[in-house]
Amino acid sequence: MLEVNDLHAFYGKSHVLHGVHLSVGAGEIVALLGRNGVGRSTTVKAVMGQVTATGSVRFQGREILGLKAHQIARRGLGWVPEDRAIFQDLTVRQNLELGLKGKRESARWGMKDVFALFPQLEQRADTPAGVLSGGEQQMLTLCRTLMGDPQLVMIDEPTEGLAPKIVEQVGAFLGEIARRGVAVLLVEQKLDIALDISRRLYVMGHGRIVFQGTPQELRGNDAVRKEWLEV
Amino acid sequence: MEFLLITLLNGVTYGLLLFMLSSGLTLIFSMMGILNFAHASFYMLGAYLAFQVGARLGFWPALLVAPLLVGALGAAVERLGVRKAHRFGHVAELLFTFGLSFLVEELVQLVWGKAAVDYRVPPSLDGAAFTLFRTSFPLYKGFMMAVSLAMLLGLYLAITRTRVGLVIRASLTRPEMVQALGHDVPRVFTLVFGSGAALAALAGVIAGNAYVTEPGMAAAMGPIVFVVVVVGGLGSLGGAFLASLLIGVLQTFMVASDFSVVDLARRLGLGVPDAPALARLSLTQLAPIMPYLLMVAVLIFRPRGLMGARET
Ligand SMILES: Nc1ncnc2c1ncn2[C@@H]1O[C@H](COP(=O)(O)OP(=O)(O)O)[C@@H](O)[C@H]1O
Ligand SMILES: [Mg+2]
Repeated sequence: MLEVNDLHAFYGKSHVLHGVHLSVGAGEIVALLGRNGVGRSTTVKAVMGQVTATGSVRFQGREILGLKAHQIARRGLGWVPEDRAIFQDLTVRQNLELGLKGKRESARWGMKDVFALFPQLEQRADTPAGVLSGGEQQMLTLCRTLMGDPQLVMIDEPTEGLAPKIVEQVGAFLGEIARRGVAVLLVEQKLDIALDISRRLYVMGHGRIVFQGTPQELRGNDAVRKEWLEV
Repeated sequence: MEFLLITLLNGVTYGLLLFMLSSGLTLIFSMMGILNFAHASFYMLGAYLAFQVGARLGFWPALLVAPLLVGALGAAVERLGVRKAHRFGHVAELLFTFGLSFLVEELVQLVWGKAAVDYRVPPSLDGAAFTLFRTSFPLYKGFMMAVSLAMLLGLYLAITRTRVGLVIRASLTRPEMVQALGHDVPRVFTLVFGSGAALAALAGVIAGNAYVTEPGMAAAMGPIVFVVVVVGGLGSLGGAFLASLLIGVLQTFMVASDFSVVDLARRLGLGVPDAPALARLSLTQLAPIMPYLLMVAVLIFRPRGLMGARET
């Protein structure tokens, strides 16, 4: 569904990605792991058309590198940035409405589904999103992207700064998203949640993919974990 | 009493006019980070086009046609100019809009000459709306107020009740996220820039005949509109509204009054034995610099403006 080949990305003159290869299949949860600063966020931003990049990004068989972000979104790619990018002054409901690409809600994810899964969001539907707790904001930003009915969502460090109980809730929610047929590319630093829910994992180091495999393979590979993941 | 009331009405009319200009400027600034120096040029073009179109088709069609033409021009300027300049950074953008304002002024002089043109209030709106004792309030001022209020209501509804309005409000803070959700933010920018130009032109259409339509009108109006935006708080529509009314009313009162700061102090019971020269100037003389004094005061005491979210 998503195939990234030989992706190079740049911030001005600084060359941050040096030929990234990865793929995500339909309905799959795939994790992209690595320490801070290795280029995970840059990878998803390049896929989303937010940074200058060269190489190839194919989505559902078509090249999308070079398209504008809204065109990429309309092809069915969703992005949840690491800073969550909540519209603070707008209400929870308005935040969700902004996730819609047209006027109509999709069959897969509508306001009803969101409110059924997260009753807190329904209770606070008409309050400004800026007053929500960190966990609620994370759910809101995820749901906002799902409202646009993506085929694949790229989620950047959803568990950062959240209490362990909420992290569990996020993990369960990602599972639910995949069950409804939406593929997930999960960017993480924490190994636990990634090992639990993903089918395949990639590990990044210095702007390259340095490992790819299944959770079992990563569990069994002490060398990779020591060199590229543990702090 | 009647002086107070009539002056207040005049001030509010002028204030609403300032808002028609500053609303577009502040929206453009907060969405795109552009201080559009050419904004008042659209105001001037509105007045001239209304004069030209009005001479052929009459005032009423001109009221509609001139803003639409200028709005289309504004959209084209954004699409073909501002967006290109944007790639070269903020300085390039500033220089571009700065250059554009000179270009418009030169073109206006070429086409319509250096002197004021004879753009008049239509006969159907000439005359007094009502007379309070010996002071009358012109019908045309009432019309200006009605148009401004209609525009205010329209703008409010467009921003709070429509989907485009929601996208605009979200783009004020996180345009890249709005775009990543599938909204064509560049097109929304063009729309806002064009609408801002159209509003400025509408202000020109209704003010050009009440005041004067001449090549210097943009250069005269431009700085005041900037002051309004800064005093209100860069990027804040509510702030721009407050500041427009504040400056409009204050300036009108100062122009209409015939005493000095010293007189004012004496009336309030303050003895001012040897007042500095500045204080002996009449308020009327001080009126033109009042907006700038206010801006300096705001920048010192409340740098984010009356209602702005960020430091200017
Ligand atoms: N906006 C930016 N401008 C310049 N350099 C950046 C920017 N964002 C990230 N970088 C640099 O790019 C590298 C990769 O960053 P990032 O993709 O955010 O890493 P990760 O998400 O894996 O922590 C880092 O060295 C970081 O300093
Ligand atoms: Mg990151």
